[in-house]
Amino acid sequence: MIGLLASILDGVLVGAVYGLAAMGITLIWGVMDVVNLTHGAMIVAGMFGVYLLVDATGVPAYAALAPVLLAGFAAGVALYWVAIHRVVGQPPLMSLLATFSVNLVLIGLGTALWGTVLFNVQVSLPGFSIGRYTFPGTHLMAAVLTAVIAGALYLFLYRTRLGKAVRAVAGNREAAELVGIPTTRILALSCGLGVALACVSGALIATLFPFTVLSGDAYQLKSFVVTVLGGMGNPTGALLAGLALGLLEGVATPFMPVSWTLVLEFVLFVVVLIAFPGGLLSVRLRRRRP
Amino acid sequence: MILRRPFFWIIAAAIAAFAAAPLGGDVELRESLLLAAVYITLASNLNIMLGYAGYVNFGSIVFFGLGGYFCIWFMNSLHWGLVGAVLAAGAAVSAMAFLFGLGILRLRGIHFALATIGVVEAVMAFVTTFEPWGGSTGIYLSTELFQALGGPAAALWTIYYLLVGVMGLSLYLSYFVKRSKFGVGLRAIGQNEDAAVTLGVPAPRYKAAAYSLSAFLPAVAGGLYFFKGAFIQPADAFDLTLSTEAIVITMLGGQGTIFGPALGAYLYEELRGWLLTSATFANFQLVVAGVLLLAIVLFAPGGLMGLIYRRFPRLKRVLE
Repeated sequence: MIGLLASILDGVLVGAVYGLAAMGITLIWGVMDVVNLTHGAMIVAGMFGVYLLVDATGVPAYAALAPVLLAGFAAGVALYWVAIHRVVGQPPLMSLLATFSVNLVLIGLGTALWGTVLFNVQVSLPGFSIGRYTFPGTHLMAAVLTAVIAGALYLFLYRTRLGKAVRAVAGNREAAELVGIPTTRILALSCGLGVALACVSGALIATLFPFTVLSGDAYQLKSFVVTVLGGMGNPTGALLAGLALGLLEGVATPFMPVSWTLVLEFVLFVVVLIAFPGGLLSVRLRRRRP
Repeated sequence: MILRRPFFWIIAAAIAAFAAAPLGGDVELRESLLLAAVYITLASNLNIMLGYAGYVNFGSIVFFGLGGYFCIWFMNSLHWGLVGAVLAAGAAVSAMAFLFGLGILRLRGIHFALATIGVVEAVMAFVTTFEPWGGSTGIYLSTELFQALGGPAAALWTIYYLLVGVMGLSLYLSYFVKRSKFGVGLRAIGQNEDAAVTLGVPAPRYKAAAYSLSAFLPAVAGGLYFFKGAFIQPADAFDLTLSTEAIVITMLGGQGTIFGPALGAYLYEELRGWLLTSATFANFQLVVAGVLLLAIVLFAPGGLMGLIYRRFPRLKRVLE
């Protein structure tokens, strides 16, 4: 029984990172109605960013997060200008295919450079124990850092002028343009933020589990599940849904092989989309913040 | 009458060309054309969802891979003949796609596309842990099975002609669907699903039927393809490269047209052959495919057929 509780608690800690990744996808989705299919590749880019920085300079993994975050932002802005700018507002087929093709380029470069072997980042943090069970320190650290980053994003979106502009563009792009907000630049900024979140969550995942160039697909699927659970375009919902997904994984892991959790999550994804197209959490949150 | 239309005969001529080209015994040419036939089969069937109904299916490779698995399993465990096994594999995958389709095709636009990505991950996770299908190591076929077709060399020729037949059926299927009431309904869904539903198009049923229909021939092709190699494993069966290539080919040729995917498949196969021989590019196949797809989406969303039609509008009367 305590084993199950420990597994659940650990699942929630990891789930916080899933929530962070999903915030990246939901931000882009909410602001410009584009599903970013480079998300998985950007998560992997974050993983390799940390790996390479630690490998080359020997700094601790957590010190590498800031450069990864900045590089991710730059990559996101570049992604916007290269692939998304021309397809914003077009039928979904076009933006899906445009981001998908960038994903192919990134995955192709990754497999050509590093193959598909396993990598991992060495982090030594003392764990903490409850009775016979020891939680890895990295899991706790990842959850704490997630809370810090999510808090910073919240402050940015709700307490700064620029954040207000982002929310205005998400609400109604034409109206925002009419009141003098430079909407194109805001779109590029949001894309940068979304990709930065994907990269930094990838960097955190790299401190938890080993990874390959192709790991991104599974995490991208998790991000979609979380996004759908939390309601599209709702960062707070994404974070809560991430915790919920982590909890679910924590409950499921003792009872089924690890690869089956993906099947379970996919079924959840379809069921939620059909039964609650607006997301499970969106209704309540929207009412609280009119 | 459909027989009076020139396009009917253009398809027939293309099939005849595929059948006649390697008759001189040129094995290398045959292998290249065999791959082109697989590409055309995958792209044409993908086009039914993507080009007509406007629904991008990132998981079309699942049909191909599952078809391969069913066929190999029928032959290996139940000792069925090749033709019976591939037809049964096609029917099984088609039936699964229909059941699946009824579920996920209630989703629209973006959500459907995301669900198809999920289908790939879920099916792969399932097959990798499914012991009767060999889990992650896969299934090996005994090469003795080739004896039933007159030895390995003759068997390869038989497989080639069967695949060319599957390719021809795919092209005719695309053509008949496009000309039918069903096809008009699908294209109405592609242009505006709400309007189509208002006008009485039974959208969920049509989409499920299209999804299931576009599963049959890729599954048959998968069965033949993996029988040829006498081996199947999850990494090959659900290869990311092949499923993206089907999308790139359809977009390159021109989505929604019938000639387009065939043209795209031929050109892509030529390009690929050239890239693989150049040592620098062999590793960067996905990168090239990605750049190509991005260029098409951004600058020529109608693909090659769109460009050709703009230059020679009269061709619209002959080509489809």
